[in-house]
Amino acid sequence: MSETILIKNGRVIDPSRGVDGVQDVLVKDGAVAAMGKDLAATGAKIIEAKGLVVSPGFIDLHVHLREPGFEYKETIATGSMAAAAGGFTAVCCMANTKPVNDNASVTRFILEKAAAVNGARVYPIGAITKGLKGEELAEIGEMKKAGVVALSDDGRCVMDARVLRHAMDYAAMFGLTIVEHCEDEHLVKGGVMNEGETSARLGIKGMPAIAENVIARRDIDIAAYLKRPVHIAHISTRGAVESVRAAKAAGTAVTCEAAPHHFTITEKNLESFDANYKMNPPLRTEDDLAAVKEGLRDGTIDCIATDHAPHAKWEKELEIDHAPYGIVGLETALGLSMQLVRDGVFGLPRLVELLSTNPARIFGLPGGMLKEGAVADICIFDPEKKWTVDPAEFVSAGKNTPFAGWELSGKNCLTIVGGRIVYNPSNL
Amino acid sequence: MDTVEKKFRGRHLLKISDLTADEIMGLLNTAYKFKDVSEREIKKVPTLRGKTIVSLFYEASTRTRTSFEIAGKRLSADVINISTSSSSVTKGETFKDTVLNIAAMKPDAIVVRHPSPGAPAYAARIAGCSVINGGDGANAHPTQALLDLMTIHEKKGGVEDLKVAIVGDILHSRVARSNINALKMFGAEVTVCAPPTLLPHGVGALGVKVTHNIHEAVADKDVVMMLRIQTERMQQGLFPSLREYSEHFCLSAKVLKSARPDVLIMHPGPINRGVEIASDVADGPYSLILSQVTHGVAMRMAVLYLLCGGAES
Repeated sequence: MSETILIKNGRVIDPSRGVDGVQDVLVKDGAVAAMGKDLAATGAKIIEAKGLVVSPGFIDLHVHLREPGFEYKETIATGSMAAAAGGFTAVCCMANTKPVNDNASVTRFILEKAAAVNGARVYPIGAITKGLKGEELAEIGEMKKAGVVALSDDGRCVMDARVLRHAMDYAAMFGLTIVEHCEDEHLVKGGVMNEGETSARLGIKGMPAIAENVIARRDIDIAAYLKRPVHIAHISTRGAVESVRAAKAAGTAVTCEAAPHHFTITEKNLESFDANYKMNPPLRTEDDLAAVKEGLRDGTIDCIATDHAPHAKWEKELEIDHAPYGIVGLETALGLSMQLVRDGVFGLPRLVELLSTNPARIFGLPGGMLKEGAVADICIFDPEKKWTVDPAEFVSAGKNTPFAGWELSGKNCLTIVGGRIVYNPSNL
Repeated sequence: MDTVEKKFRGRHLLKISDLTADEIMGLLNTAYKFKDVSEREIKKVPTLRGKTIVSLFYEASTRTRTSFEIAGKRLSADVINISTSSSSVTKGETFKDTVLNIAAMKPDAIVVRHPSPGAPAYAARIAGCSVINGGDGANAHPTQALLDLMTIHEKKGGVEDLKVAIVGDILHSRVARSNINALKMFGAEVTVCAPPTLLPHGVGALGVKVTHNIHEAVADKDVVMMLRIQTERMQQGLFPSLREYSEHFCLSAKVLKSARPDVLIMHPGPINRGVEIASDVADGPYSLILSQVTHGVAMRMAVLYLLCGGAES
C-alpha cells in the first residue's frame, strides 16, 4: 500500500536538475508530491533524514538474478530484496538464465515473479540471440512487447560482427539498446585472470586486456557506422575507456558502465588463488583501475553497475579453473563507490548521477530524478556510516564477495519504491 | 639438525618462496644423508614408521608419484596413492570434499598434484595436516626445483653466479617457474628460451633474460634445462609442427658445442627424444637426467621427513 511519507531535513540530491540542498520531500500516491522547506502533511509518516542523503533510487543496469534455472544461487525475490537493501529501486536482470530469456514467455515469467516481490523493480533484459549462441536473432519484438528494456547476450560476446550489426539495426526499431559484453572469446579461452605480470608469475591462465579492447572498438565502429546506440557492459581496461572517450568526442551514441570491483581492487589479489577474485572481465592492473576512475570522473563512463553475480558457496570453493566467474555487488556498491567520493575523485552529486540519473536515462527507465510528479523511487543513505562487510548478513542468497571483512563507509538506510517503503531496517 | 627439523614440522610445502635459503640448504643437507639410504642393500629406515602419507594425483604422473611413494616407503611410512585422471568436477565429488574426506582419515601429509593452479594451497587451508605441492597447473612444482637444485649443487658445489638456461614451453611450465625462483634465490643468472608463443605475456616479471635463439641460450651456460614439449600445444596453434619446433629448439650435440665444457644437461622428464632433446645428448656424458630422478627420491625423503615430524624418532 502506498502511503504518505514526509522526508524531513535530508540533503536532497537530484543531478538531473542540479539540485543539492537540505529540504523536505513529500511522497504521496506513489509519486513525489512536493519538495521544499518546512513541508507539513497531516497523517504522513515522518522520516527524519537530518545528516542523510535523499537520492533518487539507484538503478542497476546489470545484475544476474539467476531465476529461472539457478534458484540455488539467487532468486528474483532474494535479488530484488538485496537490491532494495543496497539502495537500488530498480535492477535490470541479464538473460543468461536457464532457459535463456530469449523469448516472451521467459520475460513474462520474470515479470510475474518480480511483481510478487516487495523489493526493487525488476526489468528483464532480453537476449540478443537465441540461446545466447550468437547466431540467430532472438524474438526481439515479442520480448519488447512482454517488457524487456534492453538486449544483451551478457556472459558472452556476440562474436560474429555481422550478427551484432543486424541486432543493432533491428533492435533500433523497438527503441532497445544493445548491451555488449566486450570480449574476444578466442583471446580469453580458458582464462581465469588478467593476463600480465601477475599471471606470468602465478602460472594462471590469462585473459588479456586486448580481448576487451578490440571488441569495444569493433562495437563502437559498428554503432558509429549504423548511427545506433551501443552500451558497453562492465568496462575494465584503459584501452576500452580511451576508445569510448574518443567515440563520445566523435559523437557516437556509446554509453558504458563500470563495476565497483573494477575501480577498487586489482589482479594482484589472485595471488591468494581465491575464486572470489575470479570475475569476468577479470580484475585488471592499477593502471586500468586508474583509467576507470578517471572515466567515471570525466564522464566517459556513464554509470556504475554491479554485475551482481551470485553463486553458491561450494561453487566458489572449486579449483580456480573450475569456479564460476563473478561476485555479488548489490549490497556493497554504495560503500565501495563512496570511497571514490572520499578520495576526491568526484562529489556526491556525481555519485548519484552514476548510480541513478544516468542509468535511468540510458535505458529510458522511470526514476533517476526527484521532482514533483516524478515516481517516488527514493533511497536515503548515510554517507558516513561505517560498517563491516559480513556476507552472512547479506540479503542476497549469494555470499560470494572478495570484500568480506572490509570496513566501508556509506550505507543505505531506507528504500522507497513506487511510494512504498520496502527497506527500513533501523525504522527511521 | 634439530633446529632444522623444528622449523619444518607440520608445515606445508606449496612453493619455493615458502622457504628461506637457509631452509633450502637444510633440506639439501638432509637429502644428501638420505641419498645414502637408497644405495644400501636394505633401503629402509624406520624414521617415519606409523606415519601415513596420501598422494592425491589429479594428473598423470610417473616420476613424481613413484618418487614420493618410494621416498615414503624407504622412511617406513604408509603411503597410499589416489589417482584420478579427471578433474573433481566431472568426477562428481568436489576437490574440497575429496580433501576433507582424506583429511578425516588423519594422514600426516597429503601430496597434491592438480591441473588447476592453487589447488594444493586450497587443500592446505582445509586439510589440517601438511600439504605438499606435487605440481599445480603452471604455477609451481617445488620438490622438482629442490631436486634440481640438489643435482646442480652436487656437481658444481654451489649455485651462485652460475649461468642457467631453461629451454622450452615456459608458458605452461610449473617446473620453469619453481626453478627460476629457486635458482635466483641462490644467485644464479637465468635465461629462458622459447618461441614467443610459449613465453608468458609479462615474462619480465620472472626476472630472467629472454631469448628465442637456442644457440644464444646455450652459449657459455653452466646448466641447460630442457622442458618437454606437448603436442597439445601444437593443436592450440602455439607452433606449427614438432618438426619445426625441434629445428629451432632441439638441444643437439651441435648446439651444445657453444656451452661451457663442463655444462650440465637437465630435463624433468618425460623426454621426447628428437623433439626437444637429441637422443645422443640425453644419453650423453653431460646429461644428469637420471641423476635428477635419483635425487628426486632423496629430496622427497628429506621433505617428508622434515614435514612429518621425523625428529621425534
